[in-house]
Amino acid sequence: MCNHPTVKIVTELDIVAARQLTRDMAKEIGFGVVDQARIATATSELAKNIYLYATTGEIIVQKIEKDGQKGIAITAIDNGPGIENPHKILEEGYTKSSAQVAGIKGVKRLMDSIQINSVLGKGTVIRAEKWLK
Amino acid sequence: MKELKVQYEKVLSDYLLNQNESNLYIGQNLVRELMRSNVSPEDLVSIHKQSLENIVPNLPESVLNSFDFLIEVMVHFGLKLKEHQSLILKQEEIRIEIEFAAKILNLLLETKIPKPIGLDIGMVSVPVRKMNGDYVHFMHDDGNYLSVAVTDVVGKGVPAALCMSMVKYGLDTLEYANNNPSYVLEVLNRIIEKSVDDSMFVSMFYGRYDLANDIFTYGSAGHEPALYFNSKEQTYTDLDSKGLLLGVLPEIKYSQKDIQLSENDFIIMFTDGVTEFRNYIEKFDSRTYIKELAKSLKHFSAQEMCDKIFENLNKLNNFQLEDDFTIVILKKY
Repeated sequence: MCNHPTVKIVTELDIVAARQLTRDMAKEIGFGVVDQARIATATSELAKNIYLYATTGEIIVQKIEKDGQKGIAITAIDNGPGIENPHKILEEGYTKSSAQVAGIKGVKRLMDSIQINSVLGKGTVIRAEKWLK
Repeated sequence: MKELKVQYEKVLSDYLLNQNESNLYIGQNLVRELMRSNVSPEDLVSIHKQSLENIVPNLPESVLNSFDFLIEVMVHFGLKLKEHQSLILKQEEIRIEIEFAAKILNLLLETKIPKPIGLDIGMVSVPVRKMNGDYVHFMHDDGNYLSVAVTDVVGKGVPAALCMSMVKYGLDTLEYANNNPSYVLEVLNRIIEKSVDDSMFVSMFYGRYDLANDIFTYGSAGHEPALYFNSKEQTYTDLDSKGLLLGVLPEIKYSQKDIQLSENDFIIMFTDGVTEFRNYIEKFDSRTYIKELAKSLKHFSAQEMCDKIFENLNKLNNFQLEDDFTIVILKKY
């Protein structure tokens, strides 16, 4: 994964850098203006969660391809406190909402798929994908 | 989607030529169509931008850029909208589930009114929500005794109804109608105290009617006193008996009292939904009102009396029940 474009998230300015990176790549892949905005917003939410709750971490952006279809994958990695019941927050109707959970739910709606791996006290890896239609 | 885009451009171009109400109306109808097709707010702004570019060529760069800015901003509105839609779906699921639970509970807590010889029985029990927090339980097993329990759970809705189903099973396990009211209340108090949440309390008026001797024995666990009407003297007596609500403390003792009934005497039992509903009117004495009302209806059957009392009080309350409403009348004939 180390060859993919990566932004380290330490300060709030890094959130902007991560947005810029994903937006440029989304444009390059061929996403329209609206989807570019959605992908950038999703990145923004993931980066903000790192900045607010994990202090530091990174955002990795990849071009992906499957069965001739192109897409983009954003991966957020941090060594923060972790998320309790990560699968539960992806269920529809899960209303016990913190700002952190709201952000992740937003990402789920903006992208086509999302995976969360989290260990309490160790950290979190979130990967979200969106395909070009 | 493509067709809707074409339509949007047409409607927008019509409006730009002529800013009349008719074109605005057509625009609003089209938006409904767009919403039905799940077009998000950010999509709509994008459609607008493209349409405008086609209708008005050479727009200033700043105008076009402003639309890109608006798309970005609208993404969050779109998110909120989607969340709202998913919550509405979830709410519908929950509504169906509760409706189903209510059906089961209502079936479980259905009361059949017995028809013993010598005693005319009437009853009305109307819940304020889907599930009733009041419950009436009759027992009439061997022909010699009839027992009646009028209960009210503090609280409403699902938790109250669930608690009530336990009261019903408690009463069912007592099996015979000839048990002493004090004994029945003591047993139920133990069951409820042990198994229900500390915040759940039940009030109960329990009466046993000896059909051979026309003696009514009653006890109460914090329940609204019943009314006894003596037909010969045309007077009322409160059937009050001291006793703590069920489920508050373990090992409580309850007392019981007897009264003797004669022809045309009747007993009215009710829950506080019947007496407390009008309390916001100052000096309105609901018990006196009910006494007079029932007296004026004494020539009707017990069921007709209950129906008419409900009708009257409901009307008085502008047909807006605030609490579950239950009234039971036993009339000696």
